[in-house]
Amino acid sequence: MIPIVRKMRRYGLFEICNTLLMLAVCFVTLYPMWFVFVNSLNSPEQALLGTTNWLPKEWSLASYRVVFDDRNLMNGFFISTMRTLIGTSTHVLFTAIVAYGMNKTHLIGRKVYMKIALITMLFSGGLIPTFLLMVKLGLYNHFLVFIIPGLYTFFNMVIFMSFFRTIPDNLEEAAKVDGASDYGVLFRIVLPNSKAVLATISLFSAVYHWNDYYQGVIYIRSQELLPLQTILYKIIAENSMTFMQQQAMEQFGARLPSNSIKFASMMVATLPILLVYPFIQRYLVKGVMIGAIKG
Amino acid sequence: MSKTGRIKAFVKQWQLQSMVIPGIVWMFIFCYIPMFWLIIAFMDYNIARPMLESPFVGLKHFEEFLADERFWRSIRNTLGMSTIKLVLGFPIPILFALLLNEIRQVKFKRTVQTISYLPHFIAWTIFGGITLNWLGEGGVVNQLMMGLGLQDREILYISDPKYFWWIVYFSDTLKEMGWSAIIYIAAISGIDPALYEAAEIDGASRWQRMWHITIQGIRPTIAILFILAVSGLLGSNFDQIFMLKNNMNLKMAESLDLYIYNMGLVSGRHSFSTAVLFARSIVALALLLLANQASKRLTGEGIF
Repeated sequence: MIPIVRKMRRYGLFEICNTLLMLAVCFVTLYPMWFVFVNSLNSPEQALLGTTNWLPKEWSLASYRVVFDDRNLMNGFFISTMRTLIGTSTHVLFTAIVAYGMNKTHLIGRKVYMKIALITMLFSGGLIPTFLLMVKLGLYNHFLVFIIPGLYTFFNMVIFMSFFRTIPDNLEEAAKVDGASDYGVLFRIVLPNSKAVLATISLFSAVYHWNDYYQGVIYIRSQELLPLQTILYKIIAENSMTFMQQQAMEQFGARLPSNSIKFASMMVATLPILLVYPFIQRYLVKGVMIGAIKG
Repeated sequence: MSKTGRIKAFVKQWQLQSMVIPGIVWMFIFCYIPMFWLIIAFMDYNIARPMLESPFVGLKHFEEFLADERFWRSIRNTLGMSTIKLVLGFPIPILFALLLNEIRQVKFKRTVQTISYLPHFIAWTIFGGITLNWLGEGGVVNQLMMGLGLQDREILYISDPKYFWWIVYFSDTLKEMGWSAIIYIAAISGIDPALYEAAEIDGASRWQRMWHITIQGIRPTIAILFILAVSGLLGSNFDQIFMLKNNMNLKMAESLDLYIYNMGLVSGRHSFSTAVLFARSIVALALLLLANQASKRLTGEGIF
């Protein structure tokens, strides 16, 4: 009792209230994910009776079995993975190369190029003209619709440009004297010295590709091209559980315990992010800082 | 330089040019062509025919949407949701950053911060799914409200339109509070600690220090983010609304973005919704300029 009182004296009422408030913030932030986690592990029989708030009423992996047996969901997982890998690597490479060229003051036409780029940030065609363009380009209902329109963003180009400027010129010059070409300098000197910014932009791009469901809703018709998040959107918001429904019905011969399957799919879709989050979060924050200083 | 000299110089730096030109080509295809295609707002565009063969109809589509009740409803919904977000949502990350800054134990502070922006990286499909579940029958919110004695029977929050704006506000705040605070936290860490020490010697209280040093120190950041928030009044978080809307709450849920989507891609009225898009981008630009001016007057800070 006494040490607590002493501590309270030292910290004062404000500190205590503030600490409690911060703990409350942590709780409301973490609780939603905990909620999904425990409900995904609740047994189907219990899930029929409603959700559980703190712990599964009866532990079971049954919902996960249904999810991993679902061909559509696993295909979505595959599409999302491919989209994230290909989309991220091509975006980073393409944007970095453009940024490197744009940075050179002796680039002929640089001012015009920069103006062309700047206008794209201020104005855009918007949803309908972009949609029509994708249709005309044959990208509608094509896997490449996830990749090509996302090759470049003005914002990331500016981040690359400002980072490249911090690399000492004499490094590049030395390589040039040794007879390296512009591409040689970029790939052997500049990019290897830009690991921090490459990591940051890759992570943001990867999180975007993994989490996006909207492109899939707009541009994709065929089931076999739908990314995981779009399928999840359909399961959750449109309640279309056709394939899983049938399977679960066969498996349990009872009314569909739809909630626990929903939660298990949500868990599967979030797990990659939750697993890497502790390791990548400092890069993500760094990225915002670069952006904030620039913007 | 002579013309041939220039061409020679250009050819000589073909490697650099070959880095930049693909980017410019990309911009032309994916930014400038859609910009140019805004022109179909003045046409009766038919997707089956080549673009320029569609007849010009002048301002027909503009007159049409201005006479559409559903359009005005979507304006009301957008402004309603944005205003709640701006008035009640804008100060929250600032407040959070201020309070977090008062925590003295560095480790605890960092842990809280790391945890607070986790939800930003969770997809809206997941977060929306949780929201829908909590607000549903027997969901967490109903349990809580009934447990506290604030309501005596279940309320179907998500199918009752009158709750929708608040659902959007609360779920967005829960998801983005920590993330939006990062910029303020960074700005606060840039304030010279000597200022605080001097104020403490002069006998300034905690609140005085917060007000006169911290808030004043991050004023430029607040101003810039406020301008951006005001210029985004006509926008909405499409990912979020698309996830939370349903046929029962559409009356209050259909924002301008969703209206454009529904008219253009669901009903296939391409020219009509492009007209709405066109009008909106002009108003958004005007709002940006206005907010910038106002901020310059009031705080001396602006974006341009």
